[in-house]
Amino acid sequence: MMKGGKIKLRDFHEAKWDEPIIFELNRKGERGILVPEVEKEIEEEVGDGISVLPEHMIRKKPPALPEIAQVRVLRHYLRLSQETLGATINIDIGQGTCTMKYNPVINEVFARSPKVTELHPYQDQETVQGALEIMCKLDLFLRELSGFSRFTFQPGGGSHAIFTIMSIIYAYHKHRGEEEKRNEIITTLLSHPSNAAAPAVKGFKVINLYPNEYGLPDIEALEEAVSEHTAGFIVTNPEDTGIFNPRIKEFTKIVHDVGGICAYDQANANGIIGIIRAVDCGFDLGFFNLHKTFGSPHGCGGPAVGAVGVTEKLVDFLPVPLVDYDGKKYYLNYDVPHTIGKVREFYGVFPVVLRAYAWIRSLGAEGIKEVARVAVLNNNYVMKKILSEIKGASVSFPKTKHRIEQIRYSFEQLKKETGVSSEDVIRRMADFGFHLWTSHHPWIIPEPFTIEPTESYSKDDLDEYLTTLKRVVEEAYEDPEKVKNAPYNCPIHKIYHEPLEDPKKWAITWRAYLKKRKNWE
Amino acid sequence: MGNYLASIPEKAQELGIIINNILFEGFYLRKKLGLIVNPIAGMGGRVGLKGTDGIETLKKAIKLGAKPWAEDRAREALKQLTRLKEKIELITYPKQMGENVAVSCSFNPTVIGELSGEMTTAEDTKRAAREMLDLGVDLLLFAGGDGTARDIYDAIDLKMVVLGIPAGVKIYSAVFAANPTRAGELAALYLEGRIKDVIEAEVLDIDEDKFREDQLSIKLYGYLKIPVERGYIPGGKSPTPVSEKYNQEEIAADIIDEMSDDYYYIIGPGTTTKTIMKMLNLDHSLLGVDIIYKRKLIGKDLNEKQILEIIKGKKAKIIVTPIGGQGYVFGRGNQQISPKVIREVGKDNIIIVATRRKLQTLRGRPLLVDTGDKELDKHLSGYYKVITGYRERTIYKVST
Repeated sequence: MMKGGKIKLRDFHEAKWDEPIIFELNRKGERGILVPEVEKEIEEEVGDGISVLPEHMIRKKPPALPEIAQVRVLRHYLRLSQETLGATINIDIGQGTCTMKYNPVINEVFARSPKVTELHPYQDQETVQGALEIMCKLDLFLRELSGFSRFTFQPGGGSHAIFTIMSIIYAYHKHRGEEEKRNEIITTLLSHPSNAAAPAVKGFKVINLYPNEYGLPDIEALEEAVSEHTAGFIVTNPEDTGIFNPRIKEFTKIVHDVGGICAYDQANANGIIGIIRAVDCGFDLGFFNLHKTFGSPHGCGGPAVGAVGVTEKLVDFLPVPLVDYDGKKYYLNYDVPHTIGKVREFYGVFPVVLRAYAWIRSLGAEGIKEVARVAVLNNNYVMKKILSEIKGASVSFPKTKHRIEQIRYSFEQLKKETGVSSEDVIRRMADFGFHLWTSHHPWIIPEPFTIEPTESYSKDDLDEYLTTLKRVVEEAYEDPEKVKNAPYNCPIHKIYHEPLEDPKKWAITWRAYLKKRKNWE
Repeated sequence: MGNYLASIPEKAQELGIIINNILFEGFYLRKKLGLIVNPIAGMGGRVGLKGTDGIETLKKAIKLGAKPWAEDRAREALKQLTRLKEKIELITYPKQMGENVAVSCSFNPTVIGELSGEMTTAEDTKRAAREMLDLGVDLLLFAGGDGTARDIYDAIDLKMVVLGIPAGVKIYSAVFAANPTRAGELAALYLEGRIKDVIEAEVLDIDEDKFREDQLSIKLYGYLKIPVERGYIPGGKSPTPVSEKYNQEEIAADIIDEMSDDYYYIIGPGTTTKTIMKMLNLDHSLLGVDIIYKRKLIGKDLNEKQILEIIKGKKAKIIVTPIGGQGYVFGRGNQQISPKVIREVGKDNIIIVATRRKLQTLRGRPLLVDTGDKELDKHLSGYYKVITGYRERTIYKVST
């Protein structure tokens, strides 16, 4: 932290509550809320509200939920929150690829207003004109930012948006009678893993392009990949390396020349928003994550929206309903001739749409460009400091000089010289209250770490993070074992990966845990 | 307390209660690490001899001033394991075959066997490996080159997990870690149980006599089991990792789906290609070249002449996988698929298959061809759609 004009390392210690899983707190008969019985007069007037339920809809057994009083629920979640190194509590630039930034709290006030929380998706359209107006206008903003002709907010996240894109590409070729022949989707190895996974789920074959020494796919490799079987091309640009492919227009042309469709994964648009437009790069469709870039936390931290935009030729394939305006009122438009149908119930996670709308309105056109400029500036400042001041660190694909909004670095030299890996550094950073995370797919860069400074962090913030990183690296050279055995100030020391890789052992629900635990014993 | 815990396994074994690393009252038995150093490995390289196989060559090397360096390389690896020294039992051979290195790294090794003489031979390596297998060693670290790997393979085949510390002149085999430090780290992770994945990696064998005459002839000699660390730490966006074996099965399923009854399929050596044969329930040679037609085996372990006879005037495809650590698709371990065979089949009918891990270990370097025919090598260069999974291709460069 900055103290008296100098940066001082934090004397941090994470909280430990040893808190059980909420199901383990269950005490039979304990209640959080006692629902009052219906009063006699009301019952006589409208019934008891329960007997009208059809027999087949009434549970035979009550749900196996924990029985627990309100105060214990509150205590439970507050304790868990104290054990979390959340985005708003630390300088979260170490969670590269996730675009961790400040999400204005004022927007949260809007999103939590009863005007929003009490909306019901089955309400008559006449009564939700304000919400529909916001959706319609956000669509117009995003059209301006991308050059696309229409947006849908139905997909509930980035991967869902990619799946929607694949469904649109499939529907487009099917409409032309080519769906059997066009069964290949091309992507790059450094694009987001869902760029390959979603087409595979949709039934496409997937062709990956490897990065060359500049960290970019070769044009010649794309030429080898395209054929009459090409259905489409989906790419992230810049990829997680922060390198922007300046020849992207040539790439999209090659794909168009064989009849393919080009999709732009702009899940993280933070370094290019307002600077470049997808259509100008030759893309036919693409998506923004309204979380991440547009003022809601990253999808893993809450509800999300993958806003899919398309050019005119693909508008007729979008999911229904679209939100339209007839000059007098806003309405849900189901008249989309070749629609792929619904990819999710209703028309999008409205609070996320609302926050994105508010975020854009508060920044304005110039403010949005400023976001990108500052994010890029911060990133290149951090790069310069890391390369000049942090021993043992290097940048991936060194032949490319300029980076956009994030960078995948390497501690390969540090590992060679000290035996300390990037994973060890990550754990030691937690001792000072910093998060440095571990997802660096597809792991072709040795000892990786990914830093994404975004526009939210001041120079002081960045310097504090870098000073700590520098200190940890100095420790690695002075006393490698100290770093290897970290963390010391966190209640959980080391986690072995093995069970997390074993489908027989991992459990993401309490019920699955109870079921699988039987086999462990 | 520490000594008492360490003594539990031995006591338990004496009582005949527990055998090899079975969980005992919450404590694991001490893992056994074997160490074999081939002290003469690498000596030829420094005096320009391209290997030290054969006693005459070794004498020549020494005469030229060659100094042993395998022990230094082994020491570099063993240093990474010193933190585990109380937790593992180090079993090694006398003096320069491991004892010296172990003691210099402050281990208190169990020294077994004896050397046949001052100048150690391949037989010493083989005998040591066999004895360690009998002792139930959990991991055998060996320092040497391809010749040493070959000796280890002769002695133990796939019966034990091993890892090579690169110290030889020739390192074509894929059983070696990238460098001695890495070997030590991998060994530590494996002994601690932090990595459990084991794959079968190629042992490549060069005919040293021909090599010294500048003729490169390499064959795939066999496979050894080595531990591998997946380039993976669980995190929000990491895909679920799949094992090497599963990846090979995916590839095989893709090939089988696409197989045409109009073509003869020449299946090159390697565990990835031979998974196709296994999934078709066909007899096959792991290290040789087989041909199938209409999903039936036509010929097994064929030489160039036999291949040419079978495919003459027929439509054929070649299925090959990169062999060894450097990513050769032709010219290493599959010389039966000669320039003549390749020309007969045609470039368009070459199918390259490789697991994702195999491509990633190349760290961006191209796949290689070295058929011995420079014109052909040039013709074969370029981009290929390498099959890397079920309905998954990766465009990858092949170079000379």
